[in-house]
Amino acid sequence: MSTFDWIIQLIYVLAASCFVLGLHLMNTPATARRGNQVSTAGMATAIAATLAIVIHGNQITATGWVVMLAGALVGGAAGLYSARRIQMTAMPQLVSMFNAVGGGAAALVGLHDYMRAGTSVSATMSVTTLLDVIIGGVTFSGSLIAAGKLQGVITSAPVTFPGARLVNSVLAVIAVGFGAYLIASPGAALLAVVIVASLIFGVSMVMPIGGADMPVVISLLNAFTGTAVAMAGFVIGNWAMIIAGALVGASGGILTKLMADAMNRSIPNIIVGGFGTGDAVAAVAGPGGSVHSIAADDAAIQLAYAAKVIIVPGYGLAAAQAQHEVATLAEVLESRGVEVSYAIHPVAGRMPGHMNVLLAEANVPYPQLKEMDEINPEFARADVALVIGANDVTNPAARRPGTAISGMPILNVDQAKSIIVIKRSMGHGYAGIDNELYVNPKTSMYFADAKKALAEMASAVKTLVG
Amino acid sequence: MPYPALLVDITIFVLSLWVGFEVISKVPATLHTPLMSAANSIHGIVLAGAMLIAVTANNAIGYVIAFLAAALAAANVVGGYAVTGRMLKMFRKRPAVAAAGEPAAVSAPANAARPGSSAVAANGSSSKGRPA
Repeated sequence: MSTFDWIIQLIYVLAASCFVLGLHLMNTPATARRGNQVSTAGMATAIAATLAIVIHGNQITATGWVVMLAGALVGGAAGLYSARRIQMTAMPQLVSMFNAVGGGAAALVGLHDYMRAGTSVSATMSVTTLLDVIIGGVTFSGSLIAAGKLQGVITSAPVTFPGARLVNSVLAVIAVGFGAYLIASPGAALLAVVIVASLIFGVSMVMPIGGADMPVVISLLNAFTGTAVAMAGFVIGNWAMIIAGALVGASGGILTKLMADAMNRSIPNIIVGGFGTGDAVAAVAGPGGSVHSIAADDAAIQLAYAAKVIIVPGYGLAAAQAQHEVATLAEVLESRGVEVSYAIHPVAGRMPGHMNVLLAEANVPYPQLKEMDEINPEFARADVALVIGANDVTNPAARRPGTAISGMPILNVDQAKSIIVIKRSMGHGYAGIDNELYVNPKTSMYFADAKKALAEMASAVKTLVG
Repeated sequence: MPYPALLVDITIFVLSLWVGFEVISKVPATLHTPLMSAANSIHGIVLAGAMLIAVTANNAIGYVIAFLAAALAAANVVGGYAVTGRMLKMFRKRPAVAAAGEPAAVSAPANAARPGSSAVAANGSSSKGRPA
């Protein structure tokens, strides 16, 4: 091993350390920005070292240079443009797109090295290449479908057809069967068949999954991308790619598990799918009679004279784009000396932690954003719990066995002294069951669009008691 | 004693997985979206792979694959870091009126000259100007 190779490998170790340190610094919001800077520095170092390999090897053709630089420029510009322009509500789509391009690039890297090796492919290389192109291909097409669903280009309702599972099984058999054959008898044409089967499988895997399950799907595809990149690292023998890919795979894996737990679903259950209908909330008549509705003025008075208010934002808040309105209302209340905090359920929003980003964008200071375990003991001391577009995660039925959401971790909203729920209708959450919170004698319902309702409440507080 | 390359690779992979689990399970839910976005940027390391295949490419198909791989990977790495930075910038400890009022006012003219960064800054300042 030459001195040059030594130096390059040591630089890769340095870069990998920066990635780990960068992730470690994301432990608290206070150091997270520095974490991203450390990680960026590590990436710049790794890319610079790779550029040094390219130059030092001196084998690259002129066309190779043009292709590499043009590709990097085009892709870099597109990435930068979308990163700057994206709205925070559309963040899940963007993350999904980055999963797609990462997985696609990893598959292409494996494919290229395999084609170049011709028939002199070792069994090891066949296996790693297969894992790379299968995972990368599934991630690429699956993430594009997920992004399309989140963007509303493709219906977010689960799409299934008779025999869908059979088709999925056939595709899986093709990918695995041809793959096994490839190990015995290498050939680029067969690899192409495997890739096409993986791409179709990615589509048919994500199509039946509903909008409400997207936090889990995005996390899972994130884990897939990391694994695909690590496999590409195996194929071309690049440690930096193996380490970075494994870190991402672990991160995606943990988040997938957390999200699935918070939704009271198992990961296989979500993937088999056809259940999470999210957006398509039917306006079903609720348990009539005992629901108590309220006007903006009354709600404003309750809030204004409370000592402690806990705001519970849910998917409905993000859907109504009402994060700025809720922040304004909270500011008005705080200026009157009311203690305001936010209770964030792990699956609020459309990807893990999405609600926190939306509220941060609306200038809500992060110490006010409380995680479920932290805020749950505080509900008993709250004068008002203001629930905005959150449903299943507040349903006390989860504490009893025998319901669709039994065992799901919920926010203890019903323990607050009084509860105001802003909601468009008595429609069900995606679990499709009545929310017992709404018929609680302490609960007042405010039927309106979240954005409009919050603006009305804020102005009512100002005019009535300001 | 020289170990086979595959064995070394597997060792690195498995240990990195464990490091990942350890580090990431300590990240609070508040930061899960930026975390995922940061993880996204890290898998942009595939750009290194895309660069290396450009070295060995020597026919039309190879060049097309190398171009696509470089473009996809570069979009991943550049966009990922940019958007993570943009998100983390919004996380503030104190209300923005007190925390970001002065620096934002000072840097506003400089930002106005650069269209890209002013769009980012506008996100932070738009709601700050809201009547409290």
